[in-house]
Amino acid sequence: MDSLAHFEPNASRRYVAIAAWWGTPRTGGFALLALVIALMPLAIANNYFYDVAILVALNAIVCVGLNLLIGYAGQISLGHAGFFGLGAYGSALLASRYGWPPLAALSAATAGVALVAFVVGRPILRLKGHYLAMATLGLGIIVSIVISTEDGLTGGPDGMPVTPLTLFGFVVQGERAWYWLAGGCLLLAVWIALNLIESPIGRALRALHTSEVAAEVVGIDSARHKLLVFVVSAVFAAVAGGLTAYYTGFITPAKASFMHSIELVTMVVFGGMASTFGAVVGAAVLTVLPQLLTVLKEYEMVAFGALMMLTMIFFPRGVVPTLGACLRRWAR
Amino acid sequence: MGGQWVQFLAGGLTVGSIYALVALGFSIIFNASRVINFAQGEFVMIGGMSAVSLVAIGMPMAVAIVGAVVIAAIVGLSLEKFAIARAPRANVVTLIIITIGASIFLRGIAQLVWDKGIHSLAPLSGERPIALFGATILPQSLWVLGVTVAIVAALSWFFGRTRLGKAMLATSHNRLAAQLVGIDVATVLFASFGLAAALGAIAGVLIAPITFTSYDVGVMLGLKGFAAAILGGLGSFPGAIAGGLVLGLVESFGAGFVSSAYKDVIAFVIILAVLFFRPDGLFGALRTERV
Repeated sequence: MDSLAHFEPNASRRYVAIAAWWGTPRTGGFALLALVIALMPLAIANNYFYDVAILVALNAIVCVGLNLLIGYAGQISLGHAGFFGLGAYGSALLASRYGWPPLAALSAATAGVALVAFVVGRPILRLKGHYLAMATLGLGIIVSIVISTEDGLTGGPDGMPVTPLTLFGFVVQGERAWYWLAGGCLLLAVWIALNLIESPIGRALRALHTSEVAAEVVGIDSARHKLLVFVVSAVFAAVAGGLTAYYTGFITPAKASFMHSIELVTMVVFGGMASTFGAVVGAAVLTVLPQLLTVLKEYEMVAFGALMMLTMIFFPRGVVPTLGACLRRWAR
Repeated sequence: MGGQWVQFLAGGLTVGSIYALVALGFSIIFNASRVINFAQGEFVMIGGMSAVSLVAIGMPMAVAIVGAVVIAAIVGLSLEKFAIARAPRANVVTLIIITIGASIFLRGIAQLVWDKGIHSLAPLSGERPIALFGATILPQSLWVLGVTVAIVAALSWFFGRTRLGKAMLATSHNRLAAQLVGIDVATVLFASFGLAAALGAIAGVLIAPITFTSYDVGVMLGLKGFAAAILGGLGSFPGAIAGGLVLGLVESFGAGFVSSAYKDVIAFVIILAVLFFRPDGLFGALRTERV
């Protein structure tokens, strides 16, 4: 853009600079997302829609983090529901069983998940492709079985109730309060992700995605960068897990299951890998879709599986990048 | 004391043989297409459930088994034709999601065609357990072991002696080179899905009398088969068999000596430990990244 502006007369140079600034995902896309979140309540008719919007935002937080790992660093994880579950159960156990303040419980659980991801991340991330998929899948399944089996602590497959979230002495309750909290957290997550992508770390991740050997040749410590983004994505999942537990007031091991991991990865890929807003769109569509499909009753599963196959066959790069490319072609 | 060991050994080998058959399916498809087919477990389910239905409408067992294998093979071939072949440029993660979508789709269909109930299939030769070295072994376990050995022998003949088998092997080593010497790679890909589905269905028919079957048995069996294939080294046939048997034995002894609730955890911890030391599985060739 700089080189283009160079040839423009002075007056329009400023216009080009402003357009460039707004045109980048970091600013323009972020402003658009903030606008959507701010204006959404005008279109929301009742608490049911608020409820769906909150779940969309919480899932989107996980997906934005997971997209850093899958979309940018090119490392697959089929076990992120494990981190989500650890964050949720960690917060729930500390707050409900041991009487910690909910925010402290959430922070401690998140720190614990970060530590777990840091410790297991280094050996796991040495694996590549399908082997990495297997290892993360195994990790997620281990977490989910432990949660279901230790029923004295977690309530087992029946789940456990969770105390409501209190922030600075105020109880966060009602869909409206939760909507603003979840929306704010999503904006924060997107802001962190966008800045990380534009930073030297983000460039290093994209470099090692293309070729790890080539990245190391130019001096990128690929193991360290992969570990960093793995821990960041685990932290996003843990925070969203903890918030989900407080919001729903009840948590079951299904949230830590293999199927939930698959749902999360599907959201990321559906929206479009290496697109932060794609991850948000993917989370939105795949959170709303099952709610719509319930009208199909016994055909729900068939329809969901068929839609999953068809979108991946026709939009292998994800919805947002494919539509983005169409728009650009149309604009030209 | 010795009887207990024999008991766990027999149980582990039985389940391990099933895992090995599913893992072989994973490796056959992976070799032909570099796709991890997460719908592999559904072939096991379709095999078991179809056999139950065909027996229920009065077919003799042998016909029902052949029918079940044919049904699963047709489903496998359709999966390749209508889904995998339509996404030639999709990357690894996209293909994983397509096959997981297929598995959800197939489970949904199974739920409509059959129901959500648990079904049982009569064992191939009686239910009277055989006493052996102080352990009691079901006749069906011997069937599982025997059929698995026969299938492994048949597969090694197929891949070593037949034209299609050799073409599949050549494609797995180098797809482009295989194409250059005149092998129809598309047919190989198509056939590999049919073969993998048939193997899965045989596993499903064999295990149904021991563990029962329902529309969702494929999920865990598929994951275990994938784990076994990875443990042995993806794409390696001896690896798939060894991986399956090791996984079955670890589970059986883990359940017996440590905790039955944690048998899957023990299995996955051991797989992770193996991968940490051998990142390409027990029999996997060491890879180097080309720049």
